[in-house]
Amino acid sequence: MHDLMARIQRIPYLYWALAALAVALLCPLVLDNYLLAVLWQAGIYVLLALGLTIIVGYAGLFQLGQAAFYAIGAYTVAILNIYLDVPIILGMPVAIVLAGVLGYLVSRPILHLRGDYLAIVTIAFGEIVRMLLVNNVFGITGGANGLSDIDNLSIFGFTFNTIIENYYLVLFFVVITIFGVRRLEDSRLGRAWTYVREDELAAEAMGVNTVHVKAIAFVLGSALAGLAGVLYASRISVISPELGRFLESVIIFCIVVLGGTGSIPGVFLGTFGMVVLPELFRVVRDWRDGLVGLAMVLMMIFRPAGLWPSRRVAEELSADEQEASTA
Amino acid sequence: MTEPILQLHDVHTYYGHIHALKGIALEVNEGEIVALLGANGAGKSTTLRAISGLLRPRQGEIKIAGRSVVGMPAHQIVYLGVSHTPEGRKIFSALSVNENLNMGAYSLGRAKSAIETHRRRVFKLFPRLEERKNQLAGTLSGGEQQMLAIGRALMSDPKILLLDEPSLGLAPLLVKAIFDTVREINQAGMTILLVEQNARAALKLANKGYVLETGSIALAGPAEQLLADERVRKAYLGEQ
Repeated sequence: MHDLMARIQRIPYLYWALAALAVALLCPLVLDNYLLAVLWQAGIYVLLALGLTIIVGYAGLFQLGQAAFYAIGAYTVAILNIYLDVPIILGMPVAIVLAGVLGYLVSRPILHLRGDYLAIVTIAFGEIVRMLLVNNVFGITGGANGLSDIDNLSIFGFTFNTIIENYYLVLFFVVITIFGVRRLEDSRLGRAWTYVREDELAAEAMGVNTVHVKAIAFVLGSALAGLAGVLYASRISVISPELGRFLESVIIFCIVVLGGTGSIPGVFLGTFGMVVLPELFRVVRDWRDGLVGLAMVLMMIFRPAGLWPSRRVAEELSADEQEASTA
Repeated sequence: MTEPILQLHDVHTYYGHIHALKGIALEVNEGEIVALLGANGAGKSTTLRAISGLLRPRQGEIKIAGRSVVGMPAHQIVYLGVSHTPEGRKIFSALSVNENLNMGAYSLGRAKSAIETHRRRVFKLFPRLEERKNQLAGTLSGGEQQMLAIGRALMSDPKILLLDEPSLGLAPLLVKAIFDTVREINQAGMTILLVEQNARAALKLANKGYVLETGSIALAGPAEQLLADERVRKAYLGEQ
């Protein structure tokens, strides 16, 4: 098992990406609408988890409120669409920017704190958002029933109506997001995140504005969650405060950790395990929470860096182990 | 005479309620090696941390090339030409030697050719690092890790190098090699503020020294004078 994974991971990244893309493009030819809808849903989670990968995997910060930004994206585009007749395509950038700005406002005062405090604040933020939505804040969120009759996304007269069209829409955003996230990982900012994650003090002493680069991670990750919310709202056309519940944040967090923190292939594996499998095996679905818990415990014992760990995180973990054993 | 590259005046710092530095004053001129000596807990590392901005002094003045830096965040002080090799080296064990060096040049941004010039200079100083440039830093020996820490600090092309205990935990032969390198760097024109427990070796290298005792400067003077001073000989050089 170990050998097999090691061998798979040696295959150049680009081949994997192209093969996966080819399969993804061909899926609508062979899958029925139900399975496509499952994959569409998985694509939404992939976007949410890629956003969280920037925050948790690259910058090494805890964030347990990703679903709140998801809900903010969905509600922003829905409110603009329903009350002001703003088309989805114009509401989308507003929703993404708003999610990013709120990500900044939530994280900025607490970024100098250690990881666990960040986790607590983001959990609290998620609950505040959900409660505001339930309580029909400003009379525009529709309370516990949520909002309905949201338009589909349309651009240049083409409307994304069917599941196949929406599947390709989400696939498009997943592909460009992966491209962008990969570029970020190799950029100067990406290196700064690595330094901050490894040793904040040394990073600061080398001229990295640590608070600044951490805030950027938060903003980008939250903005991606906002995008996922927009795509969700524009296909389902009905949204409720349930989007922002804590369990959603936990699922997204688990996708990142289960797949391998900081690893893009890991996001797909994690999504498969956390979203696709439970949906396909509805019988087991009632047991999901228990099985996920069991899977997490087993993972921490047998593959602490995740199913498909990023090279870097695996090295960091083994370096820590060596330090612990020589100390 | 030109202005000192580093000046501290009446610097006080606290860790919580503990008064760590009680009015430090010192001066480092361009091209000098200045040794900061003292026992454990005397405030040597704290002084360096105050200079590089990792610790904010509650009172006093710190000037770099005449410019006050009190309250300036550490990442900005780097841009003024201060490079700090923290105690315990703080190299990035999961990154390669080259990646560690890249990190030292973070403040140079995208100046690729300048970065490569500095990298060549570091490799010339430490050929061992070039041999191991793709190796993970965590797999280097203690001496090599210290070389990497110094090399990384040189990558930002600083005006002054703050070295915290470069001989810590190294075998005597390696200690000598590190001190030789420090001299070599200095002869190439680098100003160095050196914190050391190994007082004799540090004073042989330095132009002048300061002896810290529980957060205050107990003695200061030219290195030869300190080497000859009876109190120093008794307390730090282990002579009867």
